[in-house]
Amino acid sequence: MKARAKLTRRHLLGRAAIGGATLATGGPSALLSKEHGFGVPAVLAAGSVKVGLLVSYSKVYGQLGEDITDAMTLYFDSVNWSGGGRKITWVREDEEIDPQVGLRKVRKLIEADQVDLITGIVSTATAYAIRDTIHNSKTILVVSNAGGNLLTRARKSPYIFRVSFTSWQVSNPFGKWFYTNIAREAALTAANYGFGTESIAAFKESFVAAGGKVLGEVYPPLNNTDYAPYITQVQKMNPEGTYNFYSGSDAVRFIAQSSQYGLTKSTRMSGAGFMVEQDVLPAEGATALGIYSPLHWALKLQNPENLAFTRAYRARFRRDASVFALQGYDAARVIVEALNKTGGDTSNKDRLIEALVNVKFASPRGQYEFDPNTHNVIQNIYVRQVRQVSNDIVNVVFDSLGRIKDPG
Amino acid sequence: MTFYLLQALNGLAYGMLLFLLAAGLSLIFGLMEVVNLAHGAFYMLGAYLALSTVRWTGSFWIAALVAPLGLGMFGFLLEWELLRPLYRRTHLDQILLTFGVAFVLSDVARWWWGADVQSLAPPAGLDRSIPLLGTLFPSYRLFVIVLGAALAGALWLGLTRTRLGAMVRAGVANREMTQALGIDIGLVFGGVFAFGAALAGLAGVIAAPIQGVFPGVDFETLIVTLIVVVVGGLGTLSGSFWGSLLIGEVDTFGKTLVPQIALVFIYLVMAAILLVRPTGLFGGRAR
Repeated sequence: MKARAKLTRRHLLGRAAIGGATLATGGPSALLSKEHGFGVPAVLAAGSVKVGLLVSYSKVYGQLGEDITDAMTLYFDSVNWSGGGRKITWVREDEEIDPQVGLRKVRKLIEADQVDLITGIVSTATAYAIRDTIHNSKTILVVSNAGGNLLTRARKSPYIFRVSFTSWQVSNPFGKWFYTNIAREAALTAANYGFGTESIAAFKESFVAAGGKVLGEVYPPLNNTDYAPYITQVQKMNPEGTYNFYSGSDAVRFIAQSSQYGLTKSTRMSGAGFMVEQDVLPAEGATALGIYSPLHWALKLQNPENLAFTRAYRARFRRDASVFALQGYDAARVIVEALNKTGGDTSNKDRLIEALVNVKFASPRGQYEFDPNTHNVIQNIYVRQVRQVSNDIVNVVFDSLGRIKDPG
Repeated sequence: MTFYLLQALNGLAYGMLLFLLAAGLSLIFGLMEVVNLAHGAFYMLGAYLALSTVRWTGSFWIAALVAPLGLGMFGFLLEWELLRPLYRRTHLDQILLTFGVAFVLSDVARWWWGADVQSLAPPAGLDRSIPLLGTLFPSYRLFVIVLGAALAGALWLGLTRTRLGAMVRAGVANREMTQALGIDIGLVFGGVFAFGAALAGLAGVIAAPIQGVFPGVDFETLIVTLIVVVVGGLGTLSGSFWGSLLIGEVDTFGKTLVPQIALVFIYLVMAAILLVRPTGLFGGRAR
């Protein structure tokens, strides 16, 4: 925390100088030469590219923010913090899982810090709250988590790119697979909030279309402590399989309690990948064994890029990477690749947008590309199962649902 | 029918879990009139301490001893050093102090144990589900029910049938007179506070396999515990017992029968009870 505060302050000082320079139609202004002395190289004179990073560092999603930040640091370090010949600097802010705070911070990043683009956003509520400010100010936003569908549909904006996923993208293709491979009848449960209900709706759409029968739907409130009443309701339906959405402490509680009630053994459980991701899987441990989940990445995904990424992350931060870290890593790469294409020019928004749309590279998750229509990532969705491999409990990837694009 | 029986059993197990939490808080208030808002933090520390002990020794049962003992000692020191000077002042000062302690402990725990959710597995033998009423029920929840009932009985016997209990009750009734009889009232109060903290620590160990441990669980827990003691009647053992069972059942059946308002259901019930009995179900004593 201390290190972060210092960093921000130091960058603020630098930014005060550079901000002045930007105002003075390019070239070293009087203010800048006072700060840096004479003989400033041309690249420095243009100022660094300022990236505003807005993620959660506190409360329930604090770890997500840390993962995203660490992975971005890892990538920026690997390219010496430069893109298109310009130095990259960042200002980091905490969205505090409060849409109002997020909106305030975004305005601060745009108006006071004059950042060239913004990345981050953990919570969908924050993403929706800042959408109009981003759109109207024509600020480029590279979303590295928030997965609400609307950001790709009714509330999409040419200035918003999403590196992460939509709730539809993860859950919809799995419904048909579930019908074919897991069960014909299912009980559905999810934490009762936007992302949870969206995920269940997306699953149901393709599951029912394939001929599947929904035995019942149960929606416990978010941040629920005791799942017993809901688990007993699911037991009563006596389903062959279940599909669920929970995350964070909810996921740990739901799975631990389901396991204690024997549900993980008596039915074939599955759920959107976040339920058994690296941020919660160590806490779930053996209680999560056997659970199937669709997601766009897995720690043990076997490709050279992922091996390099997960090894470097582990070596540097002494913990395993998570899907959130992957998203931070790719967000940083997307920004750098786009800057390389524009030669570091961030002033021409149309050119920057075009550069972003055409970013393609081999990501740890597989081939990376944007959908030019929605600016949302097109990616492989994998089917994983929690299994014990020697002494580790990990998500083993054993099938793929193919390349999935949100319909928009 | 068996469905509702099962739900009632779920409610009972949850209620007993709440009782483990509420007993310590209520005991401390009943005997010392200290509203200990650090109770949730004590609970969280108990769970974390158990987690570390299990990692160290591999035994749930050793952790179930270490956590209450550790929290007991911590509670004793806290009462001696911080709370004691405040007895002659208003409740508000105690509330501010214990609330401050709660915030400090919250940050210390986050710094030491990290921000991720962690979980404790039930002990071997209690980690499976057993056939019951035509379905499966976790043996660990049955253990929680038995433990809660045994603890309630032991506490009641200890307070009403032992010399120590008599000393504590005498101290509550008349502090000066008890002191004049040669009983070190400061030590008795310190002991009661330590015992209340130890109960919170025990609740931490017992609840961890169900609730998990993470930053924020302290205040989450404190709120439910406060609801229980307010409904049951602040400061009485029977109040926290029946209050716990009532809230446990109300929460379970609320979630089953009226899921649309599951979040606010226990608050509605609490409001209704307080309208009829402002001092809670068993809080008859005028203060």
